[in-house]
Amino acid sequence: MSYVRLVNVTKRFGAVTAVDHLNIEIERGECFSMLGPSGCGKTTTLRMVAGFEDLDDGEIHVGERLLSSRARTFYLPPEKRGFGMVFQAFAVWPHLSVYENVAFPLRVRKLGATEIDRRTREALDHTGLLSVAKKSPEDLSGGGKQRVALARALAINPDVMLLDEPLSSLDPHLREEMRFEIKDLQRQFGFSIIYVTHDQAEAMALSDRILVMNLGVVQQVDTPLNVYQNPANRFVFGFIGLSSFLDVSIHGDAVRVRGEGGEPAVQIIAPAALKAAGRAVLASRPSEIDFVAEGGVRGVVKRCAYLGEVIDYRIDVGGQEVRVQKNRRAPGPSEREACGLVFVRPHWYSHDS
Amino acid sequence: MRAATPSRGIGAAEVILGLSVGILVVVVAVPVLIIFFNAFWVNGQFNLADTLKALREPDTYRALLNSLFIASGVTVMSTIIGTFFAWLVTRTDLPFKPAMRVLFLVPFMLPSFIGALAWKMLLSPRAGYINRFLMDVVGLDGPVFDIYTFTGIMAVETMYLFPFVFIQVCGALERMDPTLEESARISGASLFTITRKITIPLVRPSILSGALLIMLYSMAHFGTVAVLGIEAGIFNIPTLIYEKIHQSAGSFNSIRTGTVLATVLVITAALIMFIQNKVLSRGRYQIIAGKSFRPVETKLRALRMPMLVFCIAYIGFTIVLPTVTIFMVGGLKTYGLPFTAENLTLANYRYILFDWKMTRDAIWNSVTLGLAAALITMFAGVMISYVIVKMKVRGKGLLEFLGMLPFSVPGSVIALGVMLAWSGKFGINIYNTVWIILVAYIARYMAFSLKANSAALEQVHDSLVEAARASGAGMGQALRDIVLPLVRPGMFAAFFLIFLPALRELTVSVLLYGPTTRKIGVAIYTLNEDGETVYSAALAGIALLIIVTAQTLIGRFTRARTMT
Repeated sequence: MSYVRLVNVTKRFGAVTAVDHLNIEIERGECFSMLGPSGCGKTTTLRMVAGFEDLDDGEIHVGERLLSSRARTFYLPPEKRGFGMVFQAFAVWPHLSVYENVAFPLRVRKLGATEIDRRTREALDHTGLLSVAKKSPEDLSGGGKQRVALARALAINPDVMLLDEPLSSLDPHLREEMRFEIKDLQRQFGFSIIYVTHDQAEAMALSDRILVMNLGVVQQVDTPLNVYQNPANRFVFGFIGLSSFLDVSIHGDAVRVRGEGGEPAVQIIAPAALKAAGRAVLASRPSEIDFVAEGGVRGVVKRCAYLGEVIDYRIDVGGQEVRVQKNRRAPGPSEREACGLVFVRPHWYSHDS
Repeated sequence: MRAATPSRGIGAAEVILGLSVGILVVVVAVPVLIIFFNAFWVNGQFNLADTLKALREPDTYRALLNSLFIASGVTVMSTIIGTFFAWLVTRTDLPFKPAMRVLFLVPFMLPSFIGALAWKMLLSPRAGYINRFLMDVVGLDGPVFDIYTFTGIMAVETMYLFPFVFIQVCGALERMDPTLEESARISGASLFTITRKITIPLVRPSILSGALLIMLYSMAHFGTVAVLGIEAGIFNIPTLIYEKIHQSAGSFNSIRTGTVLATVLVITAALIMFIQNKVLSRGRYQIIAGKSFRPVETKLRALRMPMLVFCIAYIGFTIVLPTVTIFMVGGLKTYGLPFTAENLTLANYRYILFDWKMTRDAIWNSVTLGLAAALITMFAGVMISYVIVKMKVRGKGLLEFLGMLPFSVPGSVIALGVMLAWSGKFGINIYNTVWIILVAYIARYMAFSLKANSAALEQVHDSLVEAARASGAGMGQALRDIVLPLVRPGMFAAFFLIFLPALRELTVSVLLYGPTTRKIGVAIYTLNEDGETVYSAALAGIALLIIVTAQTLIGRFTRARTMT
């Protein structure tokens, strides 16, 4: 059985349903990310796991323990759940030294003095903070503060670590470094991570599985590779990575771009399920579109921009815009030139999705 | 085109700087210096022995000790009450929290000497209505509480001063990043532990700064001690200064004692300001942060309703009861009669408002003086703040130092200094005229104006003016079209911050009033001194009406402003 289980978890704020019948199972030692635009319900879900929000429906279990249950009107307060948690805004206490910040969870548990000292030093050591133990966290940089928060969460050696956008207050280069540190700590201690972020690169790099959420509803739960390569729907496709969408009508084995152009139909085979509708959305990664001189879906280059390693093209196709990216070593047509597009790896979604 | 930086000679910048320094020197520095001079120099010679002798007089050091004692008691009580109510309205599930929050700020509006007057009517040992009721009707042997005591004075001051702490702590608790407490919770701490180990230490700087503000205010507070203390022979520094100046009709010795007392007061105030700055610069944590969820709310459970009742009772007892008493006593035919229909009349109010020149003048003086002081101080404050915050001109350091002065000079010191400076010493004698009160008010309230205006000016980034200059506007036009509109809210704030307190002010005007220059506060106070309790109460009632009306109008006005 999975270690962390969310069953039909629902949360409403007034008339708004922030989280709608969510079902998640997370394994022991897994790194599980929740990804989505702001307001999608990911933070609310994490806060329900932490115990800062009660549920309006459903249950949350960790191992053998029940944490929250609407039906059984049971709710375990956050201080009794024994998780480690790291917040976006660091939330280190400015009136306590680095050492005392980390020792706090141990002192609250009324452990012996030597035990507290040993475990505090251990946690400080693992996060590289031993040399600044006596300092005030106010004197540390953003990365230093977040290490204090991490050490504090680590001190009690928790089974589950809750991370609420822990890296988004940091500089980009620091972010990458901390990502690896978190991953290393997880390998050493074997805790499960529930990770909330709106940064897809972060989620991809860290996670065993990613949950993509929108408007309180799960869109897809899968490995990073699958979420990127086989997005379950148009939302996931658009949310993860760069994307181009083309609204097309289907005529047998050919499609025609919808719009003012009246371009000729092009030979592209759409999935059978969508043929009946006669209309679909063709989705593609900008890097998976090739230019051809003759044939293909015809368009005109509106704008091309050199981004360094890649060249970014905006192609006007019958009034719709398609984004194409090419390596600088294999450049395509110039601005205002006509061109043809070939979709190397098209994805299909129904037009009203 | 002129060069952008006139580096030599006397330009507009130097003129403005000179004007700013001049205003502060005349209005603040001269009165303070003349007090120091009088305190330490005798017949043109520095004489510390005489100063110490004046301090060793029992009257003097007792007043000093009393001031300290009362201020300490008031500070402790206000801090406890203010912090407790602040926690109650921000961090618990108390019903009607927003309404309660507003009600706890009402004491800010009520002048404390009017409150003291009401409590005297209720709890003076023999004549107080509550004491008499308990003795005559219930049959107690003696008065249940004597208001003419240190406890009485401290209790009354606390009722009107605790909002200083309340408002500071409310703000700190509301702005505090809730994840600071949440991370303690997830660490396993109970709500009680979090409050003790995390929340209170984090808001301690705010509590302390509110407490020091109360300390400063109470040390230099005249009204309550004057109304309640004199009967039992309790004097603090401001009331003793008043006593010395008034009783002795300006004899050399009493003026000297007055200046020594004033010096002590200035030094104490400066010390408190110094500690407050230390507290603020060292301990003001960056506890405000990003995305905000609701803070942890303590469930009061079984205590929820009792706490609500307690709050309502507190407000009823400290706000409603004294206010009602003032209006009722103001309507009595003679003080001491029971409150029955045939004893109550509107004649007192009519007499005071329409027939008695003294009270009519007092109301008029209060309003005109308040308006004049607010307007002048507001404009002077804008100019001085502009030099301090925005201008790069040599000699600014002097202005910055002078600008600090108004913050640490208490009202009675200003009054005494102004009295010594402008009674003919420098060839100008405006004693016994409204002008001397106006000058004192400008000095007294300059601090408010500087604070509000420099806060507003600091918000106006230099690049905004630079953008206007780059668009082709001259400096004058940039000031008029860019800076002024952005600073206007600060100017309005300064105006109201001065107008309302000046309207009801007592400490300064009681030392400076002449036969025709009474203000409402002075008129109420002197009527009460003369035993005209009923008229005093009626005038106090009218003062309350004026204050509440002005406050409401201003509230409307500023809200309408911020909406647009």
